[in-house]
Amino acid sequence: MDWQIIIDSLPELMDGMWLTIQITALSVIIGLAIAVPLSILRLHPNPAIWTPVYAFIFFFRGTPLLVQLFLIYYGSGQFSGELRSVGLWTFFREAYFCGVLTLTLNTAAYTAEILRGAIQGVPKGEVEAARACGMSGPLLYRRIIMPKAFRLAWPAYTNEVIFLLQATSLVSVITLMDITGVASKIAASSFAFYELYLTAAALYLALVYGLLAVFKRIEYRLSGHLRAARDSQGPALR
Amino acid sequence: MFDLQGYGPLLLQGFKLTVLVGVAAMALAILLGIGGAWAKVTPLRTVNWLAGLYTTVVRGVPELVLILLVYYGVPTLIQDAANGLGYDVRVNLDPFISGVLTIGFIYGAFATEVFRGAYLAVPAGQMEAARACGMTQVMAARRILLPQMWRYAIPGLGNVWMVLIKATALISVIELQELMRASQIAAQATRLPFTFYAGAAALYLLLTIVSMVLQQRLETWANRGVQRA
Repeated sequence: MDWQIIIDSLPELMDGMWLTIQITALSVIIGLAIAVPLSILRLHPNPAIWTPVYAFIFFFRGTPLLVQLFLIYYGSGQFSGELRSVGLWTFFREAYFCGVLTLTLNTAAYTAEILRGAIQGVPKGEVEAARACGMSGPLLYRRIIMPKAFRLAWPAYTNEVIFLLQATSLVSVITLMDITGVASKIAASSFAFYELYLTAAALYLALVYGLLAVFKRIEYRLSGHLRAARDSQGPALR
Repeated sequence: MFDLQGYGPLLLQGFKLTVLVGVAAMALAILLGIGGAWAKVTPLRTVNWLAGLYTTVVRGVPELVLILLVYYGVPTLIQDAANGLGYDVRVNLDPFISGVLTIGFIYGAFATEVFRGAYLAVPAGQMEAARACGMTQVMAARRILLPQMWRYAIPGLGNVWMVLIKATALISVIELQELMRASQIAAQATRLPFTFYAGAAALYLLLTIVSMVLQQRLETWANRGVQRA
């Protein structure tokens, strides 16, 4: 084990870690913003509305992320003329844009499916009560259904975010210098393969379990009302 | 647009290899999963700890990093270790074998959790009754525990398989000519990247659909002794 090369490459790996965090955060936030309306449309009674949404979700959940990434990054090259004429080529030429776009669409599809299950899991009585109070449409969704659905979806959503964080390692294949990209670059020039990949693995482990701790903390907050109820039902004497 | 320019057979060849890698890795993952689940529920503390370490580490590191670590890292690690002992060896891992081993090793960790859950779902009385009838531990596990565990394990294993088959695309980075690599080669040669990656996507979707149907059948089979509500 060559410790020196690990120490020497740490600054560069930290830059890579920053890119990993950046890409993860961007995709998670935009992906969630897309997933919320998608999950609602997915449950629309009209087949003309839910079928395209379902097709989108099915495609992104049924194919490997690497294929989606190549389809968008390299595949867009086949339409460079058309993209240039509408002024989008400057975006699709950038690996960064394609990476974030692919990860965003991918996580939007998975999250929409998680949220769909959660919306269906909202107790019927709560919706009926809200309707009896005169709520309907967007107000009902905003006040009653979505908050409850988020609480139900949180553990599964935590998993999805962790998967996405790990999935960002794929952007190294399209030349981006995230943790994996930096590790591969230094490893290829110094032949210190296991030193660098082990360090990369350790960095991912730290990120994953750090993020997990944050999400568990939020879960704890979200379940505040349930926790109090459980405690008060417990033994009176301690 | 969907003129494959003679690269269709290459894609199909890659598709076959993808299925082969997937099935071999899944078999390994199931074996590791059963072993890992046993290691998690056994009373031996050290074994518990090792199994916990295995699932914690593997589930916290991206597959791609693990694949690169095994394919590039393990040979250099062995060479360095041998050099330290005064030997000069050259190790070259076969991409197929290292791909199957890595993917199987990774999803073995996920299968471990599935089997552990399935084990905990079988009532303890079942094993006690089997032991009381005079079956040995191994025989009781084979005849009583495992058949009942499948029922709980199949939905979880189905999920593991779905993720696993998509993860096989990652071993294209270590130059194994599975579906993803084959479409890469075709895309570069014909300069029709969209066509070939869309073709690959269609084949992966086909695999997903077939897997979903098979999983449904397997679940029906595993639940054959259970009355429907």
